[in-house]
Amino acid sequence: MRFHGLDFDEPMAFGIGSGLFFSYMPFVKLNGIPVASYRIWPGHIFKKFSNRIGVKIERQKFSTPQAAMTALDKMIDKGQPVGMLSSVFYLDYLPAAYRFHFNAHNIIVFGKENGRYLVSDPVMEHTTDISYEDLARARFAKGVPEPSGRMYYPVQIPGNYNTEKAIWTGVKETSDRMSNIPIPLFGAKGLTYLSKRLRYWPERLGNKKAIAWLGNLIRMQEEIGTGGAGFRFVYAAFLDQSSKITNEPELLNLSRQLTTAGDKLREFAYYAGRVCKNRNSDTRTFAELADMLVDASQQEQKIFTELHKLSKSK
Amino acid sequence: MKADQVPQDEKNLNEGKVAKLYYATDDQGNYTKVNSIGWEPETVAMEQAWEVVHDEVEQAREKVLTGKASPVLYFLKKNIMNVSMVAGYMGTLSLIVRLHMLPYFFNKLSKKTLEKYAYTFRVTVEELTDINRLKKKDGN
Repeated sequence: MRFHGLDFDEPMAFGIGSGLFFSYMPFVKLNGIPVASYRIWPGHIFKKFSNRIGVKIERQKFSTPQAAMTALDKMIDKGQPVGMLSSVFYLDYLPAAYRFHFNAHNIIVFGKENGRYLVSDPVMEHTTDISYEDLARARFAKGVPEPSGRMYYPVQIPGNYNTEKAIWTGVKETSDRMSNIPIPLFGAKGLTYLSKRLRYWPERLGNKKAIAWLGNLIRMQEEIGTGGAGFRFVYAAFLDQSSKITNEPELLNLSRQLTTAGDKLREFAYYAGRVCKNRNSDTRTFAELADMLVDASQQEQKIFTELHKLSKSK
Repeated sequence: MKADQVPQDEKNLNEGKVAKLYYATDDQGNYTKVNSIGWEPETVAMEQAWEVVHDEVEQAREKVLTGKASPVLYFLKKNIMNVSMVAGYMGTLSLIVRLHMLPYFFNKLSKKTLEKYAYTFRVTVEELTDINRLKKKDGN
């Protein structure tokens, strides 16, 4: 983003793109374990963000790796950094422990040196590089979802844009989704729903499986991207910045409250980690964990209801 | 979370390559960025996930060595794939891949198909077909 002289950092993009969400869908399973999600798909956030700011983005997908790599080379030759979807499994610069098949990882390729591509990966501290073959494999990984060599780059940057308006549109959508969807699986209520299911995992699944599912939940919450509770903090950081831009002290107040709610979720992960480590899943600890989720859920429900009211009045 | 509460657990699986960016609050309650080298619950959850993978790889190895399955099963598990993913890479049906996981069908495969499997699993054809290699435990 910086490259094009637009000054937005991660929290702003996340907030304006309405990133925050929660959903728990017991019927959507990955490797036989239900999926819980703490945010919207990153592609979605990016799209909303660029729409609201007025950046035009060109998106392409390809049917063969060769075509995809040639198109990439062309853009790099022009000096244009390109964002793309990739599978974590084939990114050999990542620590071995991270390399599961996760096919919706966004990276930016910004150059080529000695036949290796220069990569900026949001997970890594520094920029790194990757070989042609590995990058081609990563871009054409199979499974769910398939990246199909998808890549994107901005073609038109707006001269001026209305940040304040973009902020309120973003806040409105997020708070609406978090507090108002009348289905118990989504939004702040989703956490309560998850807690109800979680309470009975040890009885329903037996010790070993309950632990495995819980471990997976921690991974969904903390590992992928900056993780679930992490996203609460990112969003709180966005509210914090926004309150300065829009001169709305109430946003700062809500930002503080969201920080507390995020802390709750981290505490949950911490104790869940303990349970996993000790391999001990008696129902009482699971009930306690469930209570913590209920707590976080109620806090979030309150925060986002207020946010919704506030954004509607703008 | 306060900036000084951002976890910095030494025992982690990040190999010093990855540092996670946290948004934490400073003394005034305003947000700043802090890097974290690792956090125990994450490490525990990740170790647990890999344990499951290693168990399955070992089970697959046993099956291949006792002639109950073909090396396709072993390499499938080793690459943390599932049947439909392999079928996707092979450009064929899941059912066909399932059949190839049986030694009877695997032994009849053409050189071309074996090469395709070898490419999918990123090994050579010899490594794919030589069961004796599986007797030695490798450090996965």
